[in-house]
Amino acid sequence: MLNMSPWPWYVAGPVIAAVMVALLLVGRRFGLSSNLRTMCTIAGAGKLSDYFRFDWKAQSWNLMFVLGTIAGGAIARFLMLSPGPVDLNPDTVETLKSMHIEDADSAFAPAVLFGPEAWSNPMAVLALLLGGVLVGFGTRWANGCTSGHAISGLSALQWPSLIAVVGFFIGGLAVSHFVLPILLPAL
Amino acid sequence: MFRILLLGIVFGITLTMGEIISWFRIQEMFLFDSFHMYGVIGGAMACGIGFNLLARRFDWHSETGKPLDIHLYEIGWKRYLLGGAVFGMGWAITGACPGPLFITLGAGYWPIVLAIFGALCGTLLYGIVQRHLPH
Repeated sequence: MLNMSPWPWYVAGPVIAAVMVALLLVGRRFGLSSNLRTMCTIAGAGKLSDYFRFDWKAQSWNLMFVLGTIAGGAIARFLMLSPGPVDLNPDTVETLKSMHIEDADSAFAPAVLFGPEAWSNPMAVLALLLGGVLVGFGTRWANGCTSGHAISGLSALQWPSLIAVVGFFIGGLAVSHFVLPILLPAL
Repeated sequence: MFRILLLGIVFGITLTMGEIISWFRIQEMFLFDSFHMYGVIGGAMACGIGFNLLARRFDWHSETGKPLDIHLYEIGWKRYLLGGAVFGMGWAITGACPGPLFITLGAGYWPIVLAIFGALCGTLLYGIVQRHLPH
């Protein structure tokens, strides 16, 4: 509707920092992955492990934050951002084409994983499920994700967060360079 | 609570307008083909470091009067390196870390619910086996 151009990194980065700062100033903390634990607790996971036996109501503010992010995604996608492809490096487009992802220069997300056809593609369903399992398991094991470690933790100059971010990239690079070239053409 | 919701909306808008929720941008990042994602994370980090230094220097508190709730992670490396690597693998496949997982849903890419469901299963699994994992 507004047909706005995407925001460059030097706008997005500082706004993300401002959100983190605002949360600290109102007595909260910036961290998204802890919500996964809260959601499991609400669903009754306390029956299966002590890990989920905690006062989730004290964390309910963070679920409100998640609700806001969903609304924000909808507002930006449908009312603000000009529809169109992501302005990727042509090398990335070529690399993805070599892995049978053909729409890197024409879409916001690959149709094979995020379009309606994904539902009827067992490999795509499996990839999203498995990828999600790794995200949930890994962020809880590492006790934080990009918001908790890469932004909050590194901002506070914490060593554990640096180790975690190194871990993110070890895992991500390994999959990007060795697994996706096999997985993506199989979708 | 309304302010928290509003901050969430700002965050969701920013990650969408900055294309951080785009699966393509994450692939570009792991292929080292663009500065964009490094600029986003590094820019947020640089601003955050500046804030933390000022907050410490001038002893800033939250509006409740309590010290800022900055999470001090326990010293160690196994859980961070190993857990981090597991998360990184999932990040490269789904193109989404936990924030974008939900923002992508708002942006209308419905199959992401599969990854959200997976993430909840992964969290459940971690809770069950955590005692047997190195931390």
